[in-house]
Parts: sequence; structure tokens; C-alpha cells
Amino acid sequence: MNEIAANSFREGPNEQGRFGKFGGRFVAETLMPLILDLEKCYEAAKTDPAFQAEMQDLWTHYVGRPSPLYFAERLTEHFGGAKIYLKRDELNHTGAHKINNVLGQILLARRMGKTRIIAETGAGQHGVATATVCARFGLQCVVFMGATDVERQKPNVFRMKLLGAEVVPVTSGRGTLKDAMNEALRDWVTRVGETFYCIGTVAGPHPYPAMVRDFQSIIGRETKEQMQAREGRLPDSLVACIGGGSNAMGLFHPFLDDRDVRIIGVEAGGHGVDDRMEHAASLTGGRPGVLHGNRTYLLQDEDGQIIEGHSISAGLDYPGIGPEHSWLHEMGRVEYVSVTDQEALDAFQLSCRLEGIIPALEPSHALAHVAKIAPSLPSDHLMVMNMCGRGDKDIFTVADALGDKLG
Amino acid sequence: MTRISDCFARARSENRAVLVTYLMAGDPTPETTLDVLKGLPAAGADIIELGAPFTDPMADGPAIQLAGQRALAAGMTMRGVLDMTRRFRETDQTTPIVVMGYYNPIYAFGVDAFLAAAREAGVDGLIVVDLPPEEDAELCLPAQSAGLDFIRLATPTTDDVRLPTVLTNTSGFVYYVSITGVTGAASADPALVGPAVGRIKQATDLPVCVGFGVKSPDNARDIAAVADGVVVGSAIVNRLGGGESSDQVLGFVRSLADGVRSART
Repeated sequence: MNEIAANSFREGPNEQGRFGKFGGRFVAETLMPLILDLEKCYEAAKTDPAFQAEMQDLWTHYVGRPSPLYFAERLTEHFGGAKIYLKRDELNHTGAHKINNVLGQILLARRMGKTRIIAETGAGQHGVATATVCARFGLQCVVFMGATDVERQKPNVFRMKLLGAEVVPVTSGRGTLKDAMNEALRDWVTRVGETFYCIGTVAGPHPYPAMVRDFQSIIGRETKEQMQAREGRLPDSLVACIGGGSNAMGLFHPFLDDRDVRIIGVEAGGHGVDDRMEHAASLTGGRPGVLHGNRTYLLQDEDGQIIEGHSISAGLDYPGIGPEHSWLHEMGRVEYVSVTDQEALDAFQLSCRLEGIIPALEPSHALAHVAKIAPSLPSDHLMVMNMCGRGDKDIFTVADALGDKLG
Repeated sequence: MTRISDCFARARSENRAVLVTYLMAGDPTPETTLDVLKGLPAAGADIIELGAPFTDPMADGPAIQLAGQRALAAGMTMRGVLDMTRRFRETDQTTPIVVMGYYNPIYAFGVDAFLAAAREAGVDGLIVVDLPPEEDAELCLPAQSAGLDFIRLATPTTDDVRLPTVLTNTSGFVYYVSITGVTGAASADPALVGPAVGRIKQATDLPVCVGFGVKSPDNARDIAAVADGVVVGSAIVNRLGGGESSDQVLGFVRSLADGVRSART
């Protein structure tokens, strides 16, 4: 893997589904044949022009791609340094980048003759995207969501129900995203024949991390073209938030071999990355382990028991991260940093007031880091931040945090 | 010869299947588990699976999930599981102990350190749910070099093409998962289990034990008629979780053993 890396950062994973030592296929035997079958079907679909054409058509006419690359003039003025561009993936149908991946996986599920789609969701954006595309294709949809998240993301729960999905509140463990993923895996193991598991991030057993990355890479490919058209060159830096890391991987991957582009992933620092473990920063505050089918950086105790992350953002409080991010972290190609709940809340309000964009709490983390580094950069520095989701779903959480009563 | 192979040889000479019983180490307290553990051989358990708790048991149903949560709340760790095995070995040198769990607590321990400690404690084999043959280099091969059996699960989705892959580095016995699903879910159907066991036995000389969904002495008897061993887990764990005393739980194990022993008479 090191030899490959010397030439390219974009060739992983290997045949065993590894990015260096990360990734792999750590699943129960019942699922192993299904995962091998999925890999075979995905490899075939990837090079099938008909599959790509169908996806492209839906991306254009159903999702609304390409999403704009927007020059954020007032944020740029406010920071007084780098020129800030926002990749507006929050303008996609359903309000986040999640649908890019869901569309690809559902088309694949149809190809495989699967009739029942299951998904896990944290903030609910992946669940909404899955419920949406299932409605579009008349497929049965079951979404597993931690009971805690059901409570704090009510608008998205109702959306999923309107779209015809069954939302199963998961009470095992602490009732958050990782428990929802456990429950989805348990369901998959039970109803193997007709079920397709639509994973929402660049994690899970091979081929999911690579497949989800491929579907999300449309973000980075568009950014490259749009920046070329706009400024006649590549950006100098990219910034994206990371829970599992799918929006970040989608933006980063097409740029990994452009060595002059500085790439920064922003994890959720919660109440601060320290021994209290009240954060969700797997890379900056965790260590390698095995969970949900892959080896990656995890929040865990001495005994290898998984620790629940904390973040004000339900989409980021996952105790792991996609394995390719772990590898890029160890290779030093991508810098990983963290920002706290409070910093994200401040950035959230800044975006509302200066740009008229109500961002999701997830990309508010990315913006909080932009706020830290942009002021000291020169005015010809081109920075792209992935505005990967809109914030309608978060207004209750934010109102709570600001001590405001809605209505 | 190992404790595991001796155990199957003994049962074969008695023309019966073995009873494999599962306990979650530390559930509801380490003292209770040790108490039940020490009573299991006399109650008729031939092999003991000692569960190592994990926060994210994604192949387990509610019974074993809750047992794991109780054990973790009582302070159980992988080191604690090995200590318990060591204490059991002070009075029992023949009953095989198989540690069953998930990979991360072993990985966190350090594979080599864990294998040495497990062997020293008197562990005979490992069942690690989230390590399929594709990941054999992680733990399966090192475990076998260290003299521990690595018992693999075969499932209804393991077709004839894949079966040899699953059996290749399996040792001790083959654990046939009788249903697609999590532990403690639907009941196993003996009419389907018989042919499935036959299919596996055509491909290996290893004994085949059947588990997942064996709930009662009657279930155990039916399965014991067609397999080399019967595994009972959730039904025992549920009793411990429901507050039954060690004696009551051991009484249930005795009834399971009677079921197993009456299968071929």
C-alpha cells in the first residue's frame, strides 16, 4: 500500500478492501456472501454506461446537480483573508449531500432485484434521502434511528413517514447512530434474501467505503470544473466536516493527487477533545479498532469497549470514521482538526446573518474552522468549504442551545 | 488430543450429542457467573461457551445484548473473562471452555498478548463472530499457532461453493447457525437442520454443533438427533437475567442435558 501511495492516493482499496491496514470485511458469516455479491454487482455496474447514464439523468433532473460553487462574498469580507467559496450541496433535493450516494445504491439495489431497503440514520438526512428515493422507485423502506435521535430530529422523522418509510426507533445501547447501525445489521442478517442495506457513509465492510466514496465524488469532480471555469485554476484548500466522512471524502477524493491542494477534515469536538471523551473526534481523540465491519479509528476504552461520542450535531456523533480517512490521516495527506459545539454554533449564526444561508450543524463545524484559518491567509488564497446540508432540521436544537423558545 | 476433541470422542463412545451451554461472563455479576460455571459440568454441560461482553454485539438478539450490558455494568472486561476461566480451571481440568465474542476487545488487548494469556488461563477455543475467513490472518491463524481452536460459524447463506472456504481453517468443531438471524430469535426447524448438518459433514470430519434458536429441552432433543452437538445460549441467559438463582438455572441445564441424552435412545 505504501508503494501505491508513493504514486497515488486514489487507488485504494486493495482486493481485501484495505486502505493500508484500515478497512476490511469484519462481518458475521451470514453477511459475508451478501457482501461478496454486492461487490461483484457494484464492479459490474461501475463500468456499465447504462447504469452511469441513469444515475446522471436522475442527478440532473431529480437531485438538481450540479450544485453551485458560490463565492461567499460577505464571509470573505468578514474574515478578511482567503477567498471563500461554498459548494452548495445543501441545495440538493432533500437538503444534503446524502442523496448523491443513496441514488447510486438504490439503482444498484434495483439491478440486484432487491425489494426492501434498510438504512440507518443519525441526523435523519440519510434516512430522508433513502425514504425519498425509495418512494420514487416504489420500494419498501425501513429506517433504523436511535431513539435519542428520533427525539431530537423530529422534523426528519415526520418527513420519512410522509415519504412512506417505516421508522424504527432503536432503544438498544444509548439509542444513537451506532446503535441504529447495529440494529440495521441485525435486520440484514435476519432478512437476507430481499434486503439491501443502504449505508449512509464511507464506513462499513468493503465495498461500502469505496462505493459510497465513488458516488459522493461527484462533489469534488464538479468543484474542480467549476473552480477552473471561475478562477482558471485549482483551489488552494478544501475544508469539510466529518462524522463518518462521506461529504468530506466526496469533496476530497478527486483532489488527493493534486499535492498543492491543502485538505482539511473537521471533526466534532463536542465539549472539547480531552479525557472526558465528550466529543466525537475519532482521529484526534481515538485509536484504531474494529467496529461495523471495518478497522478504523474509534472512540473506545482500554478494554476495547466503544464509547458513545457527543456532538451537538446528531450527524457527527458517531464513534468511528470511514477507514479511508484513517489511512489519509496516517499518511499525512489530509489534516484532521476539531471544533467544539460552541464554535459550531457561532459559525451557524454567522452563516445565517452574513450569507442568508441557514446551514446544518454539521457544515457549521467546517465553517468554524474556516473562521479560524481564513483571516491569516492571503486574499488570493482560494478556499472551498462543503456546505453539505441545510439547517432546517436543526433549528430546534439551536434554539435550545441559544436559550430561545420557538413559538 | 485437546479437551475439545476428547469431549467429542467421549460423547461418540456414548452414542450421544454434546451439550454446549453459553454464559455471558459477569452477568449479572462475576460471582454469579462463576457459581453457575462451576456447576455446569455436573448439570450435564459438555462444553462451555463463555461470552465476552462487547458494547456493540451486532449478531446478537436482545437477550445477549442485555446480558452484555449487565456484565459491562458489573465491570467485566476481557481480562476478567480470562480470570474467570483461570478460577474455573482450579477445580475442572476436563471441560472445554470456548471464549465467544467480538474482535475489538481482543484487538485492544493485543492479539499475541491475548492468545498467550488465554492459553495460560485454560481457554481451549475461540468463536469470534465478526472474523470471517477473509480476515483469517488477523486472529484465526495466530490462534491456531498458539494451540487454540478457532471455531467458525457456518450459516444458511454459506452455499456449497463457499463452504470449503469456511471450513479450511476451522478447528475444534463447526458451529452451524440454524437460522438467518440473530441469537435467540426464531426456533430452529429440525427438518431443515438435519440436511444442512449432513451437507457440512460431507465436507469435513469435524463435529458439527447447531445453535441459534434452541430454546427448550424438546428443541435440544430434536437437534441432538441430527447433530454432534447442541448449543443453548439465550434461553439460559434469559433465566439469569430474569433473576433465577444459580440452582434454578442449573436445573434448566439439567433438563436440556436430559433432552440431549434421550435423543438417540
